Amino acid sequence: MSTLALEVEDLVMHFGPVRAVDGVTLRIRQGSVVALVGESGSGKSTVGRCIVRLLEPTGGTVRLADADVTHLTRRQLRPHRRNVSIVFQDPAGSLDPRLSVGDIVGEPLRLMHRKNISTKVAESLRRVGLRPEVAQRSPHELSGGQRQRVSIARALISEPRLLVADEPTSALDVSVQASVLNLLADLQRDLGFACLFITHDLSAVEYLADEVAVMYLGQLVEQGPRSRIFGAPAHPYTQALLSAAPVPDPAEQRARKPVLLGDDLPSAIDPPSGCRFHTRCPVAVDTCRTVIPEPRVIGEGGHQVACHLVDDNGTGPDVRTGEGVAR
Amino acid sequence: MTAGITPGISTAPVLQVNDLSVTFRTEDGPVSAVDRVSFEVGDGEVLAVVGESGCGKSVTAMSLAGLLPRTATVDGSVRLDGVELIGADKRTLRTIRGREVAYIFQEPMTSLNPVFTVGHQIGEVLRTHIGLNRQAARDRSIELLKLVGIPSAERRISDYPHQLSGGMRQRVMIAMAVACDPKVLIADEPTTALDVTIQAGILDVLRELRERLGTSIVLITHDLGVVADLADRVAVMYAGRVVETAEVHELFAHPQHPYTAGLLGASPAAGRHAESHRLNEIPGLVPVLTQQPDACTFADRCPRAIDTCTATEPDLTPGHHRVACWNPVREPVEV
Repeated sequence: MSTLALEVEDLVMHFGPVRAVDGVTLRIRQGSVVALVGESGSGKSTVGRCIVRLLEPTGGTVRLADADVTHLTRRQLRPHRRNVSIVFQDPAGSLDPRLSVGDIVGEPLRLMHRKNISTKVAESLRRVGLRPEVAQRSPHELSGGQRQRVSIARALISEPRLLVADEPTSALDVSVQASVLNLLADLQRDLGFACLFITHDLSAVEYLADEVAVMYLGQLVEQGPRSRIFGAPAHPYTQALLSAAPVPDPAEQRARKPVLLGDDLPSAIDPPSGCRFHTRCPVAVDTCRTVIPEPRVIGEGGHQVACHLVDDNGTGPDVRTGEGVAR
Repeated sequence: MTAGITPGISTAPVLQVNDLSVTFRTEDGPVSAVDRVSFEVGDGEVLAVVGESGCGKSVTAMSLAGLLPRTATVDGSVRLDGVELIGADKRTLRTIRGREVAYIFQEPMTSLNPVFTVGHQIGEVLRTHIGLNRQAARDRSIELLKLVGIPSAERRISDYPHQLSGGMRQRVMIAMAVACDPKVLIADEPTTALDVTIQAGILDVLRELRERLGTSIVLITHDLGVVADLADRVAVMYAGRVVETAEVHELFAHPQHPYTAGLLGASPAAGRHAESHRLNEIPGLVPVLTQQPDACTFADRCPRAIDTCTATEPDLTPGHHRVACWNPVREPVEV
């Protein structure tokens, strides 16, 4: 068995004319956490849905723990289901209101014809910080944070190798968000599953992710170790994302100058030629408009960037300061 | 970023809210949403009202010009330039809304009419409230679109809302809101539905408005980053009450209410948590209150609670940094 929990090769997902995902390559080692970051319309959730095979990709391959699941039928997928689980953003919408919490959490095991389900349900609930009695309740009796804990309990009951968490805390209040993020971090450390954490919020993943991959309009523009992405972001879009998120400190925030990209996000039906970011990039040159930049390794830990303006040593512009920097 | 206008409460406040309470009739009995909230907003000042879902911040905002449904009972006083708005007749409210107080909401698409062009909708505001003719309204609309940073405004004025991006729509909403040069702009989560790279631009527009037109802004938000960016003063709400108010730098540096300190510790910020690997948690849930108890509503979640907290309601202390707490945080908190 390889050391990879997930291997996505040149993934393509088109919905009619909409090119939601257009060539994404991503690997997650056993037990490590990769954050997939992007704004609305970047295709990040579609990548997640292809990985758990809620969608059948248009092209490319998805391998879960060495097994190619890209085009398996529902029946063929069944033995692979226990290897991967997903948690969605809106726990109210993803929990069946007609079932009890216990039925919801135990469902994956029932589909695998396991025994002693109620014991496992109680154990799984306890693990996410809920009392076992919650099993008798109905999801609508719970708060948003508790419901998200129920989703996590269900996702982890089959002991998957990979958890796809799609904006699991975006619908929650700040104080609740903190407790769910802490819970995910604890569970990941204790149980050792690999995790693809999909989010629009870079700050939420900083203390959770080992690696970060940044997506823009269906493609990855940069990926690498967390410390590199936060400390030495190479792609102008990553730099802009980091500069735009306001920090909760008035003195620091007012001293910053966010990079403004303009409001017009291009359409995924007719994405820009060359580098897809060139229409909003503050430092784009002629080459960017015509030639598609290939991802290249520019530094330690497999730090990759797809940008013409960054050289092989990682030297390139920093749109936050307006200067060129060496990495 | 506060150049030009000296913010603060040295001049007479433009908006003065005193003991504002809102109760809703529901099938399960009355629910208290806002409880004796008081604050004031100075000329050209940005006051942020911060809190989590259910704290009463949006209900407070809507009650400021009578936008609440009939199931709501409103008590207390809201004075705009000395004119009482609570209990005011419909005609008074109609002149004040849009002209003196304007609103922008979280979701611009639902507030814009999909079947009319942007120019028509801004023009309508100008024709109704200031009586401009068609040509003058058009010229002024173009000016307003430029003010809020919409490129090629002459062309964009003929666009329909669906032809605009989310960020552009929010800019149009702001243009409509400030069309009549209102004294107070109430911005209810104006950037929550937008991506961060778009949000930064909208926050700049609001800052510009304050600096160029001297508009006072009540900024309703859950995002402490947005507060840090734009606010002069902050009122923190919890379970219907204001629990702390202070000048923005003071509040972030020396939060005194344990809830404020907890919120600050729970907010992730890039570059701050990589070492600790942990965010602060606030255990428990926000209560839904049928009636306001004679106690601190945060007491059962509070790490600093003492006996008094569950027995007597704390009042806001007087002064510039006001806190409603029996056992406030006095030493600087690491957040």
